[in-house]
Amino acid sequence: MTDTSAILAHLHAEQTEEDAAGHGINAEEWERLTSRLGRQPNLVELGIYSVMWSEHCSYKSSRRHLSKFPTKNEYVIQGPGENAGVIDIGDGQAAIFKMESHNHPSYIEPYQGAATGVGGILRDVFTMGARPIALVNALRFGDPSHPKTRSLVAGVVAGIGGYGNCVGVPTVAGETQFDAGYNGNILVNAMAVGLADQDKIFYARGATPGNPIFYVGSKTGRDGIHGATMASAEFSEGDEEKRPTVQVGDPFTEKLLIEACLELMATDAIQAIQDMGAAGLTSSSVEMADKGGIGVEMDLDKVPQREEGMTAYEIMLSESQERMLMVLKPGKEDLAKAIFEKYDLDAEVIGMTTDTGHMVLTQFGETVCDIPVAPLADDAPNYDRPWVEPKPRAPLDLSKYPEPEDYGEVLLKLMSSPDMASKRWVWEQYDRHVMGDTVDSSQSMGDAAIVRIHGTNKALAICSDCNPHYVAADPYEGGKAVVAEAYRNLSAVGATPIAITDNLNFGNPEKPDIMGQFVKAVEGMAEACRALDFPVVSGNVSLYNETDGKGIPPTPVVGGVGLIGDVSKVATLKGAQPGDVLILIGETKGHLGASLYVREWLGLKGAEAGPPPPVDLAAEKRNADFVRSLIEQGLVNAVHDVSEGGIACAAAEMALASNTSFFIDSGTDVATVCDLFSEDSGRFLLAVPSKLSSDDIQDWIDAFDTSVKWSLIGGFGDHSPGMYEEPYLAISGASAQAGIYNLVELPLSRLREAHEGWLPAYMAGVE
Amino acid sequence: MKSAVIVFPGSNCDRDAAVALETMTGQAPAMIWHKDASLPDGLDLVVVPGGFSYGDYLRCGAMAGNSPIIEPLKAHATRGGYVLGICNGFQILCETGLLPGALMRNASLHFVCKPQALRPDSANSAFTSAYAGTSEVSIPIAHHDGNYFADKATLDALEGGGRVAFRYVDNPNGSARNIAGILSENGRVLGMMPHPERAIGGHEGGADGRGVFESLLGAD
Repeated sequence: MTDTSAILAHLHAEQTEEDAAGHGINAEEWERLTSRLGRQPNLVELGIYSVMWSEHCSYKSSRRHLSKFPTKNEYVIQGPGENAGVIDIGDGQAAIFKMESHNHPSYIEPYQGAATGVGGILRDVFTMGARPIALVNALRFGDPSHPKTRSLVAGVVAGIGGYGNCVGVPTVAGETQFDAGYNGNILVNAMAVGLADQDKIFYARGATPGNPIFYVGSKTGRDGIHGATMASAEFSEGDEEKRPTVQVGDPFTEKLLIEACLELMATDAIQAIQDMGAAGLTSSSVEMADKGGIGVEMDLDKVPQREEGMTAYEIMLSESQERMLMVLKPGKEDLAKAIFEKYDLDAEVIGMTTDTGHMVLTQFGETVCDIPVAPLADDAPNYDRPWVEPKPRAPLDLSKYPEPEDYGEVLLKLMSSPDMASKRWVWEQYDRHVMGDTVDSSQSMGDAAIVRIHGTNKALAICSDCNPHYVAADPYEGGKAVVAEAYRNLSAVGATPIAITDNLNFGNPEKPDIMGQFVKAVEGMAEACRALDFPVVSGNVSLYNETDGKGIPPTPVVGGVGLIGDVSKVATLKGAQPGDVLILIGETKGHLGASLYVREWLGLKGAEAGPPPPVDLAAEKRNADFVRSLIEQGLVNAVHDVSEGGIACAAAEMALASNTSFFIDSGTDVATVCDLFSEDSGRFLLAVPSKLSSDDIQDWIDAFDTSVKWSLIGGFGDHSPGMYEEPYLAISGASAQAGIYNLVELPLSRLREAHEGWLPAYMAGVE
Repeated sequence: MKSAVIVFPGSNCDRDAAVALETMTGQAPAMIWHKDASLPDGLDLVVVPGGFSYGDYLRCGAMAGNSPIIEPLKAHATRGGYVLGICNGFQILCETGLLPGALMRNASLHFVCKPQALRPDSANSAFTSAYAGTSEVSIPIAHHDGNYFADKATLDALEGGGRVAFRYVDNPNGSARNIAGILSENGRVLGMMPHPERAIGGHEGGADGRGVFESLLGAD
């Protein structure tokens, strides 16, 4: 039997400043808390304050800087502040999307950490009434030689697949990178995109007093209650209190929850809804109360519980997965219960909304919490953390390093480097085709995935991007580059870029240099968002990503969404035909700082790798808009943006994807390391049917904008017919001494082997 | 053609199957919740779709194989109605005994999703006649447990009876004798791991799966 009086005494105990410190509440915050409350809190109240005022829930270090992001354009229906961002995609429909991190849990328990990351982001999207239609993930692991990396890759990939595959939402795109900076702190960022009718979008706001609070989904257990330090101060005795703080995912229940919620949402029963994510029942109830300007009263004895003897503290702080909280319209309880019963899900009315502005909780018939709601949310701390301007890096002096003797070796090395190598081993473990609307996924190595809007001939393009090496080298320019790459990637498939979600992963914000990275990266991203009319509509901040006191490389990941009006008019990088000419759009200036070439071939690290390529946002927009117009007119066979590894790697990827020979010709601008491997921004490669002449191309440009720069740099198909028996690539150079000579001459099969071979061999433990 | 799709808790290819049926037959199928204890009258075809019925937390398909809808499904098969089980649906049909053998975990132990080359092994069935003269097709797979197993006598009987509908060209999961799909003794029940409903054109899966539905439309 549960000893209720002992539990109640434990919960009622008046807490001190020292107890608060144990909950991560500092002296200043304690002062704020007790002055707002007019007394000292009890244990339940302190627990609630501590999670609501945590960095994760309150954004207390980042809030003032996030306000620099533009959040509106003509498409935005809902910007940051709700569960996810909402954009207008025409015909009365909306796309709803967000990205969120699950970094720390995934390092501790990779399978469940990653799986619950997927589950959480799906809930953010279907909470708003959207059927999830696509998942994306952005993963960063430590150095491949680090002893934990291989098992973390295996666990995270299995976890993402295990959850997404079961729940039946295709995982269509993603990125996987490796760097020693993530050795002790991997990044697992998951993005979900959903589809809803604009007149059936649900918000956390809108609840009015006097309505039932309805709990649905899984039962509440002790999993996910924060931190080991907390558990040691807990009431319960025995091992159960030492349960890991990582939650356990149940994708089957999530699938049922999606179907049941969407079924209920099709009726007119819900006033407000919020999923139980971080800080579980606490944050979901506070959010709805705060946004509705009301109070809540909940009887915790009515909360479905997985085990006996749970305290109010544990119930309020549990992060058990697959749970939702909603405020129903009056008289809709039976309708709602019947739907959840069909799916064998728990569903209980656990309280009522009130007009008191207070959160009142009872357990075993006694009040265990009575605090005003407003200070929990609106009045949370909002810090202006000290920061220092990042130190600019000296330009890279390439003359210090020898020119490579064999350019073929360089290309093979870059194409098989951990960041560039094929991630087939990863994405073949994800169901990319369920729901039947995947037009293009990771499978084609494309710049962005293309997912048809069900039942229409329109589509969404979806991508995720971040080059942390650029951001580390120059947070401001690197921040611009992150947003610009997303704009470029969406344009490269023919989509109009609409908006982004962001996932800002940084180290400890209490360190001025880390805070400086954060501030400048946000400012750079914001500038790019403004220049490209590409606002931020949702996002997540993950701070305190540190290893042995050293922050991770600053990693502000962007998830981009674009709209395709006619899915028959798209381009991918795989359509190049023999005979096509290879056209470069944009200007090659030869910037190699912070590039894949200097990192992987020259082996330069940190400051010696130099600054990243500057981003000319006007040129980015002009070039991307031009390329999109060509795709819309059906003038190109294949398109690829030029990013890591420069023109050589981009062209190689196009050749591999279409299994077609290609050549980059002498007598063009392209003949040196800088020309082949530089990472100047704003560039695209196009495969254009050869029947079109240079005059045609110049005509297109003249009709669009004469400032678009372009050059003919090579072609697809046999350059020297009969010379090779299989598809091959040739890059020729020219010099005064040697005349024309082949810099690179490789069978495509060898390039493919290098590109495809690295990850499977690594995962199999082959040295 | 009058068809139905059974929906179990955790089915996730039910909509895909419905879209494919409507596209290919011109008639939307009835969607039957697993707790319903009956099927509509006069059905030509019942599709048991892919997904993770009951989360596949127990042996794949084991829970669904004991669902209330299984008795009417068996009755439909007994009276000669067509049944198509795809992926998890194939696993469920094996659990019900409508098809022999079992699907074990992939030999790689990994979930695998990719375009898969298949060889239509028998063009004599109601599900495969449209593939007559076709040596190879590409239909996507997406499964964790597609490694077909049966004892030697059963495998011999399947092969001897022309009941292997599809074989893998490059075996992705360790299946015995490269088997990707099998027919019941009367040829009216097909279970297959690849997803023909994800290959009806207009998407990454291609259009080679249309043949399964075209065959059925031409069948008695």
